[in-house]
Amino acid sequence: MGNGPQPEPYAVVVEQLVKRFGDFVAVDHVSLSVAQGEIFCFLGPNGAGKSTTIRILCGLLAPTSGKATVHGYDVATQSEEVKRSIGYMSQRFSLYDDLTVNENIEFFSGVYGVPKARRQSRKEEVLKMAGLEDRANDATGLLTGGWKQRLALGCAILHEPPIVFLDEPTSGVDPIARRHFWDLIYEMSERGSTVFVTTHYMEEAEYCQRLALMYRGKIIALGAPDDLKRDLGPDAKMEDVFITSIEREEARDEAKEGQ
Amino acid sequence: MKFRRFYAIFRKEGLHIVRDWRSLGLALAIPAMLLLLFGYALTLDVDKIPTAVYDQDRTPQSRDLIAHFQGSRYFHITDLNATYSSIEKSINKSSVIVGIVIPKDFGRTILSNGAAQVQLILDGADSNTASIAMGYANALVATYSGEVRDRELSRRGTPKVKLPVDVRVRMLYNPELKSKNFIIPGLISVILMLVAAMLTSLTIAREWESGTMEQLLSTPVRPIELLMGKLCAYFVLGTVDMALALILGMGVFNVPLHGSALLLGVSSMLYLFGALCWGILISTITRTQQMAFQISLLTSFLPAFLLSGFIYSLDNMPWIIRQISRIFPARYFVAILQGVFLKGIGFGLLWSNFLFLLIYAVVVFVIANKKLRPKIA
Repeated sequence: MGNGPQPEPYAVVVEQLVKRFGDFVAVDHVSLSVAQGEIFCFLGPNGAGKSTTIRILCGLLAPTSGKATVHGYDVATQSEEVKRSIGYMSQRFSLYDDLTVNENIEFFSGVYGVPKARRQSRKEEVLKMAGLEDRANDATGLLTGGWKQRLALGCAILHEPPIVFLDEPTSGVDPIARRHFWDLIYEMSERGSTVFVTTHYMEEAEYCQRLALMYRGKIIALGAPDDLKRDLGPDAKMEDVFITSIEREEARDEAKEGQ
Repeated sequence: MKFRRFYAIFRKEGLHIVRDWRSLGLALAIPAMLLLLFGYALTLDVDKIPTAVYDQDRTPQSRDLIAHFQGSRYFHITDLNATYSSIEKSINKSSVIVGIVIPKDFGRTILSNGAAQVQLILDGADSNTASIAMGYANALVATYSGEVRDRELSRRGTPKVKLPVDVRVRMLYNPELKSKNFIIPGLISVILMLVAAMLTSLTIAREWESGTMEQLLSTPVRPIELLMGKLCAYFVLGTVDMALALILGMGVFNVPLHGSALLLGVSSMLYLFGALCWGILISTITRTQQMAFQISLLTSFLPAFLLSGFIYSLDNMPWIIRQISRIFPARYFVAILQGVFLKGIGFGLLWSNFLFLLIYAVVVFVIANKKLRPKIA
């Protein structure tokens, strides 16, 4: 797919990003950068601001302040270019249940503007990736969670975007299907795609190369999973990292209020 | 606007329409049902008025008068041996609308050249029918009086005197005064508005509800492509509905088309497009299908029904209501329909109505396109 305006080592760069809804600060001065081809994970409880951040990065929401670039494009001013360089899968697997698997693929192929010559081969690749070759003419509504989720991912990457945003892609899916889904994420990463995932499952955070812990709109820890654990001791688990970071953050807040 | 993206949306919407057989059935059945229902039931013609007669006189003169009523197609005598109390009871039960009471000295008064009287009892609860019945009855009695007078004059050997003024009526456009010829063209506007606005108002709300809107917004699709794709798909459905309504109206109810079929087609498509845009606009400002349904019912069906002049004459409405009716397109389309169907008049007289339909469609389209934009950006 196309390149950004200038070759950059980072697929996503976020600087001091803020999003307010009235008095509520959903995203509070978040800064991070994601390297090309990296699998980056946002970990945090529900309502921490993960989805809001992802939606800003996909050009679905305008930031209140701060700056973010995706594939070299500014999300606030170049949302059209951003949308062409990304694949986005929202929390609910947003497919049309009354359309068949084939028809869903053809529809997204059309809206993403996949060139005519590539359409047939992309369709076959996506069907193969989702393991749905035999069910191409079934109504999508009849598929179970795991299949639907893989098809939704397939539809989001029909145009072979360099960056893929997945917002809680594995929620409500059984563990085997979840494992299988992560295999797909690794495959995409090997082919050079950058993958940005949010989750609230601890174990999934271990699968990614780097992660950001998000809590109450702030990033409270950032790094490779092993580095974060090592800081706490030889036997530390991801859960310990999570709990310790939150406790530290709350202590800091209280100290601030006490002043 | 990229054709490829527009076509993807258009095709997807087409599949939704075809797959959702319940809505499709409804979209096709509603026009037929409304036409049959209103075409047969909503007749404003008054004939075969059920009538009871209380003849206290029972003379050749009274029977002659009754024969006049029996000979008229407007009255149907259900009871020749009524009494005051039975007439009252029948009116209460609504089995009779008119009661005629001929007093005891009716025949004798006529023979002695006096002014005889006959009493008419009417059910005023349905004021429209009652006043029409009264008119018919007055005319019949006047005819009868004239005959009696002529007979008396010729008996005396006086030559017949012609009436000084004789009204000659020429009814233009709907010579048989059939109300269906007037109602069915108007009904087409109600049906199109209902189907078009209702169905499209659900489409975007449905995408918000199912979460597919969020997915669509993350793709490079533009508001105008989304709008046009959806509009065109429903335009096809709306055209089928329109054809169905026209075929039923002209085939089953024999409504004559005096004007140009081309004019009828062009105006219907213009109106349909405006109605579809209105539905989409509702859809962009509501997030749930239920809300969209209620708003579209209130803002499309009701004004098309009540404020279009299709049944209820706008001229009889208060000034403020008349002004309100001007912002709804149905009023202009009904004027075109009745003009083309009944009067056979052309574009030269109807152009202002066309102009309004065009302005309406364009304005609503532009607003809908604007309203969709901030959510996409």
